[in-house]
Amino acid sequence: MSLALHLPALQVVIPLISAPLAVLVRRGGWAFLIVTAASWAALAAAIALWLATADGATISYALGNWPPPWGIEYRVDRLSSFVLLLVSATAAIVLPYARASIEREIPHAQHYLFYAMFALCLTGLLGIAITGDAFNAFVFLEISSLSGYVLIALGRDRRALVAAYQYLIMGSIGATFFVIGVGLLYLMTGTLNLADMAERIGAIRESRSVLAALAFLTVGISLKLALFPLHQWLPNAYTYAPSVVTAFLAATATKVSIYLLIRFYYSVFGESFVFQKLPLPEIMLVMSIAAMFVASLVAAFQNDLKRLLAYSSVSQIGYITLGLSYDTVNGLTASLVHMFNHAVTKGGLFLFVGCAVAVAGGSSLARLSGLARVMPLTSFGIVLGGLSLIGVPGTCGFIGKWYLILAALEKGQWGLAMAVVTSSLLAVAYVWRFVETAYFREPHASLAGRKEAPPALLAPALLLAGAMLYFGLETSVSLGSAAGAAVMLMAVGK
Amino acid sequence: MNFGSHFSYAMTVFLMMAGLFVVIARGNLIKQLVGLGILQTSVYLLYIAPGKLIGGTAPIISAQFQIYSNPLPHVLILTAIVVGVATLALGLALVVRIRETYDTIEEDEILARDHGEPAHDGA
Repeated sequence: MSLALHLPALQVVIPLISAPLAVLVRRGGWAFLIVTAASWAALAAAIALWLATADGATISYALGNWPPPWGIEYRVDRLSSFVLLLVSATAAIVLPYARASIEREIPHAQHYLFYAMFALCLTGLLGIAITGDAFNAFVFLEISSLSGYVLIALGRDRRALVAAYQYLIMGSIGATFFVIGVGLLYLMTGTLNLADMAERIGAIRESRSVLAALAFLTVGISLKLALFPLHQWLPNAYTYAPSVVTAFLAATATKVSIYLLIRFYYSVFGESFVFQKLPLPEIMLVMSIAAMFVASLVAAFQNDLKRLLAYSSVSQIGYITLGLSYDTVNGLTASLVHMFNHAVTKGGLFLFVGCAVAVAGGSSLARLSGLARVMPLTSFGIVLGGLSLIGVPGTCGFIGKWYLILAALEKGQWGLAMAVVTSSLLAVAYVWRFVETAYFREPHASLAGRKEAPPALLAPALLLAGAMLYFGLETSVSLGSAAGAAVMLMAVGK
Repeated sequence: MNFGSHFSYAMTVFLMMAGLFVVIARGNLIKQLVGLGILQTSVYLLYIAPGKLIGGTAPIISAQFQIYSNPLPHVLILTAIVVGVATLALGLALVVRIRETYDTIEEDEILARDHGEPAHDGA
């Protein structure tokens, strides 16, 4: 029995087991060690799987040795290994930060429960990315969502409760729509295995039930990924959640939902059906453009840095879905690479904001005025992340936008290329709001006598800041995986 | 192809719409959760009803039985029920906490109570 053979199962099982262990030890310190060790083991598994699928191989793992399509199959290809890598790396970086961060934001008695919830959320997100079974994906979606609601509700502001409740209502409607879609597909094809479903769906694609399934899945997953105008839950949830939770969810939860959408579009329904027979690209194009402009504009008028960045997330998701709507290899590459790079950027940004909140005691822009004099490194990190949101060359945010423009020009769509550039100018506007308050104002009273955040908070944030620069210059990992996955999806998705 | 043979689907759609309407239209947090529960229950029906064949039995191999009902939807819905219970429990727990801190479970009153407070400037 070789351990390497069971990597796909271990990828999910290790964080899953760490959650009850964290509850059993009932001590924050021990729970921290267990969950961190589990997340690093998950990262190691994800790296191993990513390397194993680098040449385009697909790993199929029959859970409990029940052969697919009867049993649940875990299926790792280039796309899912890329998402696994993103999610587990974010968790591995964010967890060391969590220890110092929740010390300030969450009552001591709840620490072990926080780690248990974090482990469950990680399990769910990894599970969605790895499973090849539609209903299993629903269960993992709910595992990650339910633990996510709890994590958000742990915020110390009382509005965190309302934000978590609203997210629960919206998220559950989304998940229910998803499961309705899966149910209709199951009724039509008699299978839940995604690969098997794709084979059987060919002849009945035009039937109304399959169309209804596609509609339910699209709306349900769009709610989860906060596609404009279904993003209402996102700003409050990101604003009032504990800093570390915001960073983790912003970097992973919406990205995994995008993965799920791409998986259903390309690997189940088929690219030619979804994008050529139906008006879906047009609908998605309109939503994406609206997200890029409206959400950026709204972001520029926010008075709270976390809320500003939350609206910026909605607009950045617009770029990712814009790439999808192109229906070309370059467009899909742009989506996938921007998904990865935006996760790095937003994860890093929210970690830096967490540093600022830890020192200043709040994230309203008024409180952060003059931040640069007190916390030069944190301010620099936020500005660097802002540059990446704008898409300045040299930062990772540039790569995705560059490919979006390339893909637009490839189709002869000058207007779309211009839209990407113009909406990036709006990003300048909201990033400038932070620059102005942090660098050109007198320090706020609550910052008097304060120093830079402690190294335990700063180090993981700086690591992600380094990643923003690294993935902006050296793109073989991010762009290589994204392009490989895009070519694979377009090839099988016919 | 008459209404009778599609009765379960008609009920499913009715429950689905009723649940969704309650979630959207009601401002009371408990009523919203009730609506969510109805919406989720309609999905149970969507899965279970087509799995049942009239006269079908449990899938036990025996010469006496010719028609079997599909057991898989039942298993799936067992899982979905667990998920639904967890969602409802978490939702109710949040409502209890909201009532403790806001002293109301009406959405508009909660929003009114937060109105005018600075955004995220907690202790």
